[in-house]
Amino acid sequence: MRDQLLRVSVWRGADEGRLVAYEVPARPSQTVLDVVTYIQRRLDPSLAYRFACRVGMCGSCAMTVNGIARWTCRTHVERVAKNSAIEIRPLANLQVIRDLVTDMTPFFEKWRRAEGRFVPATTPARDFAKVPPASRERRAADAGIECIGCGVCYASCDVVAWDPDYLGPAALNRAWTLVNDVRDGGNSDRLRAVAGDAGCHACHSHQSCALRCPKALDPTASIAGLKRVAARATLRGEL
Amino acid sequence: MTARGEARLWLAQRAAGILLALAVAVHLATILYAVHRGLSAAAILARTRGNAAWLAFYLVFAAAAALHGGIGLRTVIREATAWRDRSLDLATAAFIVLATLAGWRAAAALFA
Ligand code: SF4
Ligand code: SF4
Ligand code: FES
Repeated sequence: MRDQLLRVSVWRGADEGRLVAYEVPARPSQTVLDVVTYIQRRLDPSLAYRFACRVGMCGSCAMTVNGIARWTCRTHVERVAKNSAIEIRPLANLQVIRDLVTDMTPFFEKWRRAEGRFVPATTPARDFAKVPPASRERRAADAGIECIGCGVCYASCDVVAWDPDYLGPAALNRAWTLVNDVRDGGNSDRLRAVAGDAGCHACHSHQSCALRCPKALDPTASIAGLKRVAARATLRGEL
Repeated sequence: MTARGEARLWLAQRAAGILLALAVAVHLATILYAVHRGLSAAAILARTRGNAAWLAFYLVFAAAAALHGGIGLRTVIREATAWRDRSLDLATAAFIVLATLAGWRAAAALFA
């Protein structure tokens, strides 16, 4: 029996470029990343793309599949192909380096700008911090902690598209997990970093990020949390 | 603008929004009442002239509308255009003051 063929168009080039058509044999349980790998191994070795873990942990394989940002290693072709056709482009809202590879530098740079790193409280720890798993802070941090840094939310956010300075859902979600980390001592700087028009106050709460996040996180809720904390700090004159 | 300034604007807009939600409800109810009763302009003026409660209500209503709309307009302009610097903040402040004054003038005309 002849293989059933998928018609795949793939973005080739950088910010300027074009879609190139390939035919790839359909396989059961095939992922979009399998399709891209097939093209690179069998049809055109010059195709550039990123992946590492293939099991949804590393966050490196995100692309735009039929117009929607997805983690390609965990996206089955059957679920997204329309009449055996798929269109694969690089992530939106980032500059394209080549083909399906985007420059993630601004994305991670914004994590830094949002004070997304742990800052130990200044008093030297005498003992292990005890964080009750059921406490409000721990639960809030837990809800956002599983981010794999894939950039799917960032590519799906309209405000990022409008305002290149906007920190975006992932960086703000990261900041929120740290705001809720009782061992962290960096919150006054962090709040100043995430408040304002380039930060949490720019979010429209329209939840594209939450809808698309492959880890089912809810950056919108994290950002709403930041707005609440920032409002409280403003009223207390602490911001 | 500083993060503190932005956060204050955001709070002010939310607070004005809450006031507006109440004020618009009262305003609509008043309109429905007036239309239902078939009140003439003169009859309406007879009720509002010299009435300090209505004056206060409309002064607050107009200021809240100007504040809420002005801050929102600034946000829309910042998002949709490249106008983002200090001059936008000054234009926003001017808009809020002018819109408030226009509203207050109308409120004063109902009172006196
Ligand atoms: S909810 Fe906020 S962060 Fe998420 S996509 Fe919308 S504007 Fe972007
Ligand atoms: S929040 Fe979700 S979509 Fe955004 S980077 Fe993290 S895992 Fe990816
Ligand atoms: S390859 Fe690691 S998440 Fe897809």
